[in-house]
Amino acid sequence: MLRIEAAYKSFDGFIAVNGSHLSVEKGEVVAVIGPNGAGKTTLFNLITGQLIPDKGKILFKDENIAGLPPYKICRKGISRSFQIVNIFNRLTVFENVQIAVLSHQKKTFNLFFPAKNLAISKTRDILDSVGLIDKAGHISGTLSHGDQKVLEMAIALGNKPELLILDEPTAGMSPEETAFTLSLMKKLSGELGLTILFCEHDMELVFSIARKIMVMQQGSTIIQGNPDEVKNNRQVQDAYLGGSDECFK
Amino acid sequence: MFSGLTNRRTLGFCIVFFILLLFLPLFLPRFYIYLLALIFVTGLLATSLNLVLGFGGMYQFHHAVFYGVGAYAFALFSKKTGLSPWLGYILAPAIAALVGMVMGLITVRLSKLYFGMLQLSLGSLVWAIVFRWYSFTGGDDGIHGISVPDMISSTTGSYYFTLIVTTVCLILMYMIVNSPFGRTFQGIRDNPERTEAVGVDVKRHQLAGLVIASAFAGVAGSLFATVEECAFPDLLFWTLSLELIIMCLLGGWFIFMGPMLGSAIIVILRTFVGIYTEYWTLILGIVLMLLILFLPEGVLGYFQEKFSKSKNAALVEN
Repeated sequence: MLRIEAAYKSFDGFIAVNGSHLSVEKGEVVAVIGPNGAGKTTLFNLITGQLIPDKGKILFKDENIAGLPPYKICRKGISRSFQIVNIFNRLTVFENVQIAVLSHQKKTFNLFFPAKNLAISKTRDILDSVGLIDKAGHISGTLSHGDQKVLEMAIALGNKPELLILDEPTAGMSPEETAFTLSLMKKLSGELGLTILFCEHDMELVFSIARKIMVMQQGSTIIQGNPDEVKNNRQVQDAYLGGSDECFK
Repeated sequence: MFSGLTNRRTLGFCIVFFILLLFLPLFLPRFYIYLLALIFVTGLLATSLNLVLGFGGMYQFHHAVFYGVGAYAFALFSKKTGLSPWLGYILAPAIAALVGMVMGLITVRLSKLYFGMLQLSLGSLVWAIVFRWYSFTGGDDGIHGISVPDMISSTTGSYYFTLIVTTVCLILMYMIVNSPFGRTFQGIRDNPERTEAVGVDVKRHQLAGLVIASAFAGVAGSLFATVEECAFPDLLFWTLSLELIIMCLLGGWFIFMGPMLGSAIIVILRTFVGIYTEYWTLILGIVLMLLILFLPEGVLGYFQEKFSKSKNAALVEN
């Protein structure tokens, strides 16, 4: 479904992504891991169009999407959440998700029909599935950090994506919120068959859900394989704990 | 189509207020009728600015240009063609929208302050053309003695005309703000990066918003030319644009009727304080300082917050 071939991205001489490669098949849950500054978020930004790669191909369903603007990439079926909470602060929780649903339904240029009466059931279904239905009328800027992270995911679901990209979905969450997010990801993958690509520092979460793991270091791909292959890879162990596999236990 | 736009109480209040305004010319002296017409025109203009400023988050620093273009389009049409002046009311917003689109195509490439500064520069260019092109625009003398249809040439006639046109425009703008377009526009205001990430062509929406706001400013311009029967370069000068921004902030730029209230306060202040001193802007400066310090959400914003707090408290008590 998604294939990245030798992607490069540099900023003023600093190489953030250095010939990285990655493949994601339909229905898979793939994790990207790596130390801070490894280039995970930059790689995601290249996929979703926030950044344009200097070189390389990003193939989504065999079409090169490298360099397309974010809205066109989203319309092709890729939705994402952001590492730092990125929501519509002055709007309600319902309206946050509704914008994505309206966009998916190609109704954002409708000028005279009240938005209040549109995309209601679809928006409510999404809020229901992520457990935010009780807070639908709250101004999103007033929610707790954990709820805002979940709302991030709900907004991404509003576009009915084929590939969902989550950038550190549990960053800053409490253990309970992390457990809830994990169950949510399992539900999205298992029940809805959604393809998920995510990056995360919580190894317990990564190894409990990812079927494939890609490891990045200094902008390059060290390995992509199943969890056991990754765990036993010497280079990965070196990158994480100087030769020990303790961090994966 | 209209269901879900507003609640019954608000709608009822608006209808009663409109009926009251209809009867005012029967009681009020001519001067006050003229002043009210001026408030409607300025309020319509400020509300059109707020479409892009408060609801779109775009730093439209020179909105008065489209007001002036509307006024001049109407004035020139009525002066230079022998056609019915009524057609001028269609032409004015169309020309203003066209100028808005041309300027928008250049400016929407930039964002935030850069957008505002470029807009200010281009707007000043339009002002300079109007100011200097004596043979066509009358230069700094402007255009006087514009002929308006007989029906609306009297003070009362122009009052009713501005009242009705302003009301229709406000209804249309209210519908736009509450439409999927308006909601998306508010999303762009809050977070353009996120809005683009959900599949919205942000620049295209911003351009459309600018064209719509320019068209309504053009309507306001034609109404001004109707009330005053003249058009002059000051209508396109940047200081008026600044005043419009103050009106939006004063009334409440996140509330639909905020700019209307803000413009009423400023027009009344200018008219009555201006009788005593030509330095009335000094009072405006003090008002602005107090506003920034004590009412950052504007007058209506303040009352809305108070109202929602007391409503929430009542809900908790119950």
